[in-house]
Amino acid sequence: MNGECVLEMKNVVKQYGDNLVLDGVSFKLFRGETKIIIGASGSGKSTILKLIMGLDRPDEGEILVEGQEIARLRESDLVAVRSKIGMVFQESALFDSLTVRENVAYQLYEDGIDDDKIEPKVRETLGFVGLEDAIDKMPSELSGGMKRRVALARALIGRPDIMLYDEPTAGLDPITSRKINELIIALRDIQGVTGVFVTHRLRDAFTLATEYATNGGSATTFHREGPLLCIANTRFLLLRDGKIIFEGPDELLRRSDDPYIKRFLA
Amino acid sequence: MPLTPKAAIKEVQDISSLAARTFISAFKRPLYLKDILIQMDLIGVGSLAVIVLTGFFTGAVLTLQTSKTLSTFGAIGFTGQLVAVSLVRELGPVLASLMVAGRVGSGIASELGSMLVTEQINAMRALGTDPIKKLVVPRVLATTTMLPILTVVADAVGVMGGLFIAVFVLHISSNLYLNSAWDALDYMDVVGGLLKPLVFGATVSLVGCYCGLRTHGGTQGVGRSTTQAVVASSILILVFNLILTRIILAYSQ
Ligand SMILES: Nc1ncnc2c1ncn2[C@@H]1O[C@H](COP(=O)(O)OP(=O)(O)O)[C@@H](O)[C@H]1O
Ligand SMILES: [Mg+2]
Repeated sequence: MNGECVLEMKNVVKQYGDNLVLDGVSFKLFRGETKIIIGASGSGKSTILKLIMGLDRPDEGEILVEGQEIARLRESDLVAVRSKIGMVFQESALFDSLTVRENVAYQLYEDGIDDDKIEPKVRETLGFVGLEDAIDKMPSELSGGMKRRVALARALIGRPDIMLYDEPTAGLDPITSRKINELIIALRDIQGVTGVFVTHRLRDAFTLATEYATNGGSATTFHREGPLLCIANTRFLLLRDGKIIFEGPDELLRRSDDPYIKRFLA
Repeated sequence: MPLTPKAAIKEVQDISSLAARTFISAFKRPLYLKDILIQMDLIGVGSLAVIVLTGFFTGAVLTLQTSKTLSTFGAIGFTGQLVAVSLVRELGPVLASLMVAGRVGSGIASELGSMLVTEQINAMRALGTDPIKKLVVPRVLATTTMLPILTVVADAVGVMGGLFIAVFVLHISSNLYLNSAWDALDYMDVVGGLLKPLVFGATVSLVGCYCGLRTHGGTQGVGRSTTQAVVASSILILVFNLILTRIILAYSQ
């Protein structure tokens, strides 16, 4: 794929104590593209997202966000980088002492935006994830799926260029997972959001790689790719033993002869 | 984790660096005024009941013991003086701080620890907030300002507790007790009695934040951090108290 590279990892190495989690990871993410990172649990998927967000630092290698090297940036300079990226954390990570409204509005409060401008934005974003009614609830009153959607809204409110999703469907039933996946597909196809989607659930990964959204008037509809239209903006990365052992579209992943990949897909 | 000398030095380094960053952050924008006020209310008003009870019973029992000793010298009239001096110089600051360490220090450590293990702290950083400014500074400022006030309350209630025993159990006149208590206190007692809780407040809150923010090992780790925060800050209070007493006495001459 051609176009502007918005994110690049070059030979990234990350070690926690004696645990070599990432052992030379390199990939590029282009504008409008979604990368799906799959791998067994503990393979370092969340670590990759944290490094991109600057929440942790690599031991070696470079990470470029819109051309800027962030691996050795000072914490205070990372703020500007982070404002370009939205992240949905693995267990939602909502602020449990704040209401849904305050959670979603958090970034706008921090940016010192006027209160009367915040409210409509919060409602609009909650409307997008279908949770406008929950605006006054506390996180403890929400189901797992609702929490994930609030976390999505909180990450989206600053209109980030890049979205990072860390297992946004983990622990959810198939219907709720489907809803979350549709939101992510809509963001990708209708709003053109660039994304990194991490999961160890292949079903969700293939949903993202084989379905696309179109906007017909007011309603968003979802379609499956067919012989005439093959989704080219979504590619897989398979992580194993700290290395990326496969990179490419779902069709190639399915046809791979690699015994590990075959077992992983089984 | 075994506490080797090397590990101990590392801990001291880490907590000093947290203290330094907190101090610098306190003077930088943005200042989270709302969070500071909420913490002052939680820590100050929230600890009042515990402090009043502690002060009252300490003053009362101190009066019983002191009068017993003094009566063997026929000096029961000095009871008020001895009680007031012990309370204002030592027991007020130390006991109030120990209670706050148990109540507030543990609360800070468990709150920040849970926020850390549920990734709320990472989420905060991802949304552009410095957790030191947003979480640590308000807690340290609130504890450091509230503890001297709580100590004054503990001292006052302690003297009242002593008065209660003096009047109803020992049948000393309230005038005698209160006058002797009041006359005993000098300028350095008051300065020292306020300086100590200031230092202890900073200690309790910084240790609480430090233990909370280096929690590891999930929910179990939060329990561990909480215990460590209370134990470490209690011991530090007692050690710093000895050092401060030595310094204050040197200036009292
Ligand atoms: N902060 C940390 N300290 C120590 N080890 C960590 C830390 N974060 C992750 N790890 C370890 O790194 C490995 C990869 O973790 P992670 O990226 O969360 O995996 P995944 O998201 O693929 O399940 C795991 O073995 C985990 O225990
Ligand atoms: Mg993970």
